[in-house]
Amino acid sequence: MATLELTIDEGVAAQPAKRGRRLGLLFWLAIGWMIFMFAVAILAPVLPLPSPTDMDMLERRAPFSMEHWLGTDGLGRDELSRLIHGARISLVVGLCAPIIGLTLGGALGMLAGYFRGRFESLVVGSMDVLLAFPPLILALAVTAFLGQSILNLTFILGVLGIPAFMRVARAATLTLARREFVIAAQALGATHARILLRELLPNVILPLFAFFLLAVAVTIVVEGALSFLGLGVPPPISSWGTMIGEGRESLDVAPGSPSCRRRRCSLPCFPSIWSATPCAR
Amino acid sequence: MTDNTLLSVEDVAVDLPTPRGNLRAVDRVNLTLGAGQTLGVVGESGCGKTMLSRAILQLLPRKAKLSGRVMFDGQDLLQLSPEKLRKLRGRSLAVVFQDPMTSLNPVLTIGTQLIETLQEHLELDDATATRRSIELLAAVGIPAPEQRLAQYPHQLSGGMRQRVAIAIALSCEPKLLIADEPTTALDVTIQAQILDLLAREQRRRHMAMIIITHDLGVVAGRTDEVAVMYAGRVVERAPTPALFKKMRMPYTEALLAALPRLDAAPHTPLPAISGRPPDPTRPLQGCSFSPRCRYAVARCQTEKPALQAAETSAHQFACFHPIETHAEAGA
Repeated sequence: MATLELTIDEGVAAQPAKRGRRLGLLFWLAIGWMIFMFAVAILAPVLPLPSPTDMDMLERRAPFSMEHWLGTDGLGRDELSRLIHGARISLVVGLCAPIIGLTLGGALGMLAGYFRGRFESLVVGSMDVLLAFPPLILALAVTAFLGQSILNLTFILGVLGIPAFMRVARAATLTLARREFVIAAQALGATHARILLRELLPNVILPLFAFFLLAVAVTIVVEGALSFLGLGVPPPISSWGTMIGEGRESLDVAPGSPSCRRRRCSLPCFPSIWSATPCAR
Repeated sequence: MTDNTLLSVEDVAVDLPTPRGNLRAVDRVNLTLGAGQTLGVVGESGCGKTMLSRAILQLLPRKAKLSGRVMFDGQDLLQLSPEKLRKLRGRSLAVVFQDPMTSLNPVLTIGTQLIETLQEHLELDDATATRRSIELLAAVGIPAPEQRLAQYPHQLSGGMRQRVAIAIALSCEPKLLIADEPTTALDVTIQAQILDLLAREQRRRHMAMIIITHDLGVVAGRTDEVAVMYAGRVVERAPTPALFKKMRMPYTEALLAALPRLDAAPHTPLPAISGRPPDPTRPLQGCSFSPRCRYAVARCQTEKPALQAAETSAHQFACFHPIETHAEAGA
């Protein structure tokens, strides 16, 4: 195998590199919470929960009880069940919309940063135009125009995320594309596609992924905001935003009711923990 | 020069547009290199060495303008289609860059980078490519090559990384290897090892090599021919023994004098070349070295000396007042 004498000893005995990194408690708490959230959301149909849409007019705004763990809302629907089913919507929208942004924005940004020239001006210019619209207003206009559905909501939130992803990808590509290893790859006869996919993408994906995690949290909040304004998912499906919106109506009637209190703490808690994840990385 | 010429660079000039005006990085350079031969290109920072190597590889910055002719293996590289050029690079032409910290992709393992280069040019299946990679790593003197395949560049030392870069460059058995300051970023102790490795692999594979360096000590004894560059021009060119026996160009002499010598008394000040290279965006009318040359006369400031032959046609220099005294052999 080795055809040459190994005259030089670099002093480093080759040993399988052990990669041990201490991850803080916060990281594991965040991960644990995330896994719990996902598990509950995914398993919602098989969990022994009351239907999230069945109304019980005798039990309106009920407090915590064994029957209704988190009480009921203004129409007597089980809050816990609505919360968990709402998580499904929020998570689907919150994950799918940034994925649209990640793939389209990331691809555009890398191509723009790598090829430069007129294509870059075009991409950056059109993204600036998109950024010039106030995002929430644009989202409101489009959902009002296209109609309320989860698909439309995901689509518009995804498109709104493209410019930010494009900028992150382009910035990373710009700094990387003039680095020596890219020139080295060119000198070794690599095609543009290979350089983009094999040399640049593994480098660019790291900041993009960190940004993706933040975007998920932001998207969940924006979806909540749209639903709160009544332009998110159509009723009677629950999402966290609609639940806050409905809870607001009960605020003057029953300010201390669990539906009002819980909403104020649980929702911001989720994105904050989610944001902790990239920090812990 | 020789009949088995592999590379010939004819009248190559590289112009870079800058905000301050046109920058002539390489000014009408002529070089030839036979198969299996070694050429040293020596000069200080910014004299156009790297631009010359990039011109040969056709990897100049986007805005650079290249003129002249680069003949490699019977083909004019400037006329080749991008696709043919791409196939030639890596397969017949390879480079080792200055800084192994940046010339390897930080997020891919050594194995991935080696294997993919192999598979890009030679049609090898995964197992064969892996075996070849291990052989290559062993050939460049890396202990425990099997384990190295799974490691990332940051887990290796600078010298090891440069060895990996050399292994990648050698992977497809190129006919010409361009080593662009391969030892500048390395420890002095590692430099000789890397240079010896390059020389050994060159002999073994019978490839031609261009060593680009600012250190005359590096080219002494390791090259067949030396070209000294200054401000984009080749100012002296000679077979290595002839150059060190009798250098004619004051710049070459000054470069050699600026090398620290072991036999000098401690604390001897180094005779540095005073001044700085001329601003390449404002070319001088006369000899570009004249402002720093201790032999310069009025004629040097008004007229550009052309390359002229010394005793033999192989030894050429561009100076009106060549040094006549015998310089001592290399440091």
